[in-house]
Amino acid sequence: MNKIIIDGSEFSTSEGSTVLEAALKNNIHIPTLCFHEKIKPHGACRLCLVEIKKGSRTRIVASCAYPAEDGLIIYTESPRVEEIRKHLTELYLAMYPYHPEIKRLAKKYRLISTRFKKVSNYCILCGLCVRYCSEVKGYNAIGFTGRGVDKKVAFIPDSSYFKYCEKCMECVEICPTGVFPSNYGMERIPQLSES
Amino acid sequence: MQAQKEKIIKSPRELNQLKENLQLQFQGKKVISICAGTGCKAYASDEIFSIMESELSGMQKADPEKVKNIVLKKTGCHGFCENGPIITLHPEGTCYIKSRVDDAKEILQKTVDGSIVTRLLYVDENGTPVEKEEDIPFYKYQKRVILENNSKIDPSSIEDYIRLGGYRALAKVLTGMTPEGVIEEIKKSNLRGRGGGGFPAGSKWETTKNASSNPKYVIVNADEGDPGAFMDRSILEGNPHSVLEGLIIAAYAIGSNQGFVYVRQEYPVAVSNLSEAIKQAEEYGFLGQNILNSGFEFNVKIHRGAGAFVSGESSALMSAIEGYVGEPRLKYTHTAVSGLWGKPTNLNNVETYANVPYIINNGADWFLGIGTKGSSGTKIFSLVGKVKNTGLVEVPMGITLRDIIYKIGGGVRGGKNIKVQTGGPSGGILPEQLLDLPVDFDELYKGGSMMGSGGMIVMDETDCMVNIAGYFIKFLADESCGKCVPCREGLRQMTFIYDRITSGEGTVEDLSLLEDLSVLLEGASLCALGGTAHNIVKTTLKYFREEYEAHIYYKTCPAMVCSRLTYYTISEDKCSGCRLCVKSCPVNAISGELKKPHIIDQELCIKCGMCIDVCPEKFNAVVKGTGKTEKTRQFETV
Repeated sequence: MNKIIIDGSEFSTSEGSTVLEAALKNNIHIPTLCFHEKIKPHGACRLCLVEIKKGSRTRIVASCAYPAEDGLIIYTESPRVEEIRKHLTELYLAMYPYHPEIKRLAKKYRLISTRFKKVSNYCILCGLCVRYCSEVKGYNAIGFTGRGVDKKVAFIPDSSYFKYCEKCMECVEICPTGVFPSNYGMERIPQLSES
Repeated sequence: MQAQKEKIIKSPRELNQLKENLQLQFQGKKVISICAGTGCKAYASDEIFSIMESELSGMQKADPEKVKNIVLKKTGCHGFCENGPIITLHPEGTCYIKSRVDDAKEILQKTVDGSIVTRLLYVDENGTPVEKEEDIPFYKYQKRVILENNSKIDPSSIEDYIRLGGYRALAKVLTGMTPEGVIEEIKKSNLRGRGGGGFPAGSKWETTKNASSNPKYVIVNADEGDPGAFMDRSILEGNPHSVLEGLIIAAYAIGSNQGFVYVRQEYPVAVSNLSEAIKQAEEYGFLGQNILNSGFEFNVKIHRGAGAFVSGESSALMSAIEGYVGEPRLKYTHTAVSGLWGKPTNLNNVETYANVPYIINNGADWFLGIGTKGSSGTKIFSLVGKVKNTGLVEVPMGITLRDIIYKIGGGVRGGKNIKVQTGGPSGGILPEQLLDLPVDFDELYKGGSMMGSGGMIVMDETDCMVNIAGYFIKFLADESCGKCVPCREGLRQMTFIYDRITSGEGTVEDLSLLEDLSVLLEGASLCALGGTAHNIVKTTLKYFREEYEAHIYYKTCPAMVCSRLTYYTISEDKCSGCRLCVKSCPVNAISGELKKPHIIDQELCIKCGMCIDVCPEKFNAVVKGTGKTEKTRQFETV
């Protein structure tokens, strides 16, 4: 058992657990969009950033991946974290403002609109669908294509697992933005698997 | 197979024997070494070599006695790229610059006769020709340790490397030093990672060595991708064995039996020279089983990069070697503990490894004697941009930027108001008042830039800082892997902002947006690509804010670079109506009759600048301006 301090209160955590898991277990809310208990941390959404203190040094880390080491002091809402999270929320508002977590954060930081240019892509590339398909289902029917600003989620054309897609459809449910089916044309899959 | 076995060296004594034999064979030889680095190759140095080669074989037939001591060598980069092709004569040290194909025969003939071709020598400011390489200011103020042998070694010949004392450090380590002793020596030398991070190499080795799981791996990071940087490339192309030797020593110290070299596919010469070097090292028994009869086994594989800048990041590089997409991973456990396939992995830059044999041979104290207290040794920079002598320079740490630019680089072509970009896309731009900053990992960081892997781009008042910053942000946005939101979306938004500002549509709010995004990128990015992207924005905002303001408030580009904010007009008084510009305009934007002043249609003009180039000097009728022209202003007010 490790002892950690989150926002001033002490908690004990099991060996191998991450900071985010420890916080969730103790009903401390850390916002996140790309975390799922069944799959490995991805660290893409960056909303779960917390400030940790080890000795005299503090650091900003992604709580979804940082191990809850013994004696770790964690601040989930330190001024630095809040500043970063506020800018991040504003960035999300330009991308996908409809997610409940984003709405909540926008309200918290009193962001009515975003100063950034709207990017018309609902997918936030959290990778939940891709990772769920590969890690939980073992299908690897979807993947990322492109790089940087051109990155997209796409069906892997020659995946032999297409035949399962129609029955599974779990990626649709896991998508935090709920736009998966319309965005990626799920209706076309049966055709592909036939050919 | 039989012949190969005979080559294998089993002890330091045999290595020394071989070295002495090679030196003996080489005694009294006159070497003409022709640079076959990329810059010189572009000026047909290959052709010069083949002309000399055929000429020499002709001479051999005619009078073998006369030319028996002449040796031709095709070498790696000598560094003085501006004046290529470079030809150096050893052991005299005579250096010919800007040699052309037509000069090849003359150089060979004169060398055979024992005289020199005076017209090909470097001429200093006073007009006196300088014969020796070491007296040329470009070389004089450098401290060449790693690059020293570049002009003496044929990269495809391990014998050349051995003759100059190569693999001596490896022999010393394998027969006389414990792995701990090697790490102690490297730690003592305070060798810091040359790839940009500046992390002490000795500590990294120690962490990898002490990590509990096995096997352990060692990797050379040769994924050099900074615009305008070619340090690692020149080492790998010119002296691949020095990197290999450093790698083998590191592997011995760490206890690794498998090494990788991650090299860019875009460096074909580096890949082929390195492959050849590995093959030769295997033939001589420096790689493989039971190296120098010590029982130590080590093998190296080359992994060619598929063209991703982000793969230079340690965890992304390891993902790429494993066969996955080169994307950085979340690494709160250091790669020294859990790296390639989850095993302890030591990753260093090409230049870091190239330093290792020298430290072992000369001792840590020698290394500490070069450079500054915090940053010991030398650093190679690729000096490019508006500087007179562009090329590859190796300088002791602690030298000022001013000395590099003025003493070695020969100053700037007619420019005032110098700016220096260091550290590639991760670094920043420093203004003229900071030129006295010493080149040192910590000092450059304090100035807001960083050492990076060694790119140094010199600019002047004709370079628009907003445009340059926008270029680097665009580069990073293209090269970002797109995994984490701050980097992908933040850089995307930054490119929008820079597009707005450089096209005269920026607002005051854009500056605060840039500042906010800088905070976000620095704090929230997953890896160093996004985490250092703010440097270029922050330094330009800090030191060149007036340029941003000129773009935003006055819609002008002081450097007259941003095409949306510049215009060309023809002065009615000066134009004689020669129609030269009318004929040269690629979009037919200029109209006018012969002997009557011409007019540029601003709507059609693409601002290529062709008209200003062709307008005869005696007229100088085409004027470049910044801001908006009278005509466009009218359009806007309507």
